[in-house]
Amino acid sequence: MQVADKMHFEALERSASRKKIFYRWLLFLVLGLFALYYIAPLYVMIITSLKSMEEIRQGNLMTLPGEIIFDSWKTAWSGRGGIDAGNVFLRPFFWNSIKMVAPAVAISTFFGALNGYALTKWRFKGDNILFLLFLFGCFIPYQAILLPMARTLGLLGISNSISGLVLVHTVYGLSFTTLFFRNYYISIPDEMIKAARIDGAGFFKIFFKVLLPISAPIIVVTVIWQFTGIWNDFLFGSSFSFGEAAPIQVALNNMVLTSTSIKEYNVDMAAAFIAGIPTLIVYILAGKYFIRGLTAGSVKG
Amino acid sequence: MLYWLQKNLPKIVIAPSFAVILWFVYGFILWTFYVSLTKSKMLPRYDFWGINQHFRLWSNPRWFTAVENLLIFTVLFVGICILIGILLSILLDQKIRAEGFLRTVYLYPMALSFIVTGTAWKWILNPSMGIEKLFIDWGFTDFTFDWLVNREMSIYTIVLAAVWQSSGFVMALFLAGLRSIDDEIIKAAKIDGASLYSIYITIILPMMRPVFMSSIVILLHISIKSYDLVVALTAGGPGTSSDMPAVFMTQMAFHRSEIGLASASAVMMFLTVLAVVVPYLYSELRRQDASS
Repeated sequence: MQVADKMHFEALERSASRKKIFYRWLLFLVLGLFALYYIAPLYVMIITSLKSMEEIRQGNLMTLPGEIIFDSWKTAWSGRGGIDAGNVFLRPFFWNSIKMVAPAVAISTFFGALNGYALTKWRFKGDNILFLLFLFGCFIPYQAILLPMARTLGLLGISNSISGLVLVHTVYGLSFTTLFFRNYYISIPDEMIKAARIDGAGFFKIFFKVLLPISAPIIVVTVIWQFTGIWNDFLFGSSFSFGEAAPIQVALNNMVLTSTSIKEYNVDMAAAFIAGIPTLIVYILAGKYFIRGLTAGSVKG
Repeated sequence: MLYWLQKNLPKIVIAPSFAVILWFVYGFILWTFYVSLTKSKMLPRYDFWGINQHFRLWSNPRWFTAVENLLIFTVLFVGICILIGILLSILLDQKIRAEGFLRTVYLYPMALSFIVTGTAWKWILNPSMGIEKLFIDWGFTDFTFDWLVNREMSIYTIVLAAVWQSSGFVMALFLAGLRSIDDEIIKAAKIDGASLYSIYITIILPMMRPVFMSSIVILLHISIKSYDLVVALTAGGPGTSSDMPAVFMTQMAFHRSEIGLASASAVMMFLTVLAVVVPYLYSELRRQDASS
């Protein structure tokens, strides 16, 4: 009797663990299928960019290139050269984007840090309302400021220029950078500031000597957030610039849209990949900060 | 004098940024509001014309298509992203060995711009050489897939690509939420004999309310502003079948010389965002006040 019970129990346990293994496999299957869904477009992009048009027409999305050629990459980056005028290629626009991103990120991050510091460590009357007014800038649909911005850029004489885009991205980045630094500095104990004040340090000395040295994480988060946002921007780029002053996303879109002669999907894919490389690299190198920025930038109230 | 300067230094430091925000955010929004009440065509005119532009807007069939598309897109985009986000975060939370790798894979599309996303998906969805050909090569000889050039279906291609780009982010939000839940609660429920399924449905998901709220607000915000993806994937086409309010706005502003009408549509977008964000910010602030 006892033996039978024991056997029954063991059988139960075995089936329970079999069930567990089955669920474990199911779990991995579902997770794996989703991974394929997310990876597939990148895979298609890369292999398409390495095929010749001939091969693209013969095979399908998933077939690997029979012969790997980098011609489309060269064409996407620096054109075919020679007499083929009017063909768009990315190199000059890639540099445009860099010239636009670097100052815009630096300026907006610096002022965001100063604002966050002043709002949290030197509280004054109405500072919370001031912060709310800043915060609101994170949420506005940019369509509501597009037309007056275009006019302002015209009046300042910097429409269709890199400096114009730097101004636009700096201005509309301020809300986010202020938010990031404000939320970071608010968690830093005021005692540190008080101690420095007693030692006779003033506003700027405390900022540069006490706060900035411990701000590395939030600086990284902010820089990544701003870099990704500005690099990937299309609305401002396409509204305030055209021709030679366009940033890379605008150039990519123009390249894909121009329908001269035959459509070259391999060049399109190479171009799309080139436009995505900088942000992908940042994501792979500093994913942790990237995610922290995403959550902080969009969740905090 | 020096004392005054020292005392007011924080305000002086913040003043330039604040002035910039006042002018470029609030001033510009007011300008747009006012211009939506004028007859402005190619250049702004400042004589008051009542709400005629808004009447014109709401009797414009193209605007109706855009609003209808926005509704379809929003419901599907928000719904599917939340479902995928919850599913993936719960599965990833089962102590998976490759969690870090899988998380990276699920989230990387978020690093790509909507233009890159749109370009890639445009090729994948190519009516003759994309998915259709793939399935035909796999033996499904009558397979057709022409959503990109089909007036009835083009809006769904935008949903498809947008979900691909943004769902991993919702997964990350929910995963962070799940990680903040005390394991003891789950253990206690297990001891009481509750199944894992019912623990998630009755205990854990209700605790995720704040994550639901913020995910929905973020996704709504993304969908109201959708512009780049539409431009890159369908350019609002075929015809105007996949138009969205943001596309309508820029079309009217920069290609049709209808500044007044464009402003009216921008005002509508602004008010919609306001209706979503203000209650959210209000409840967030109250929650913070209550907890501090």
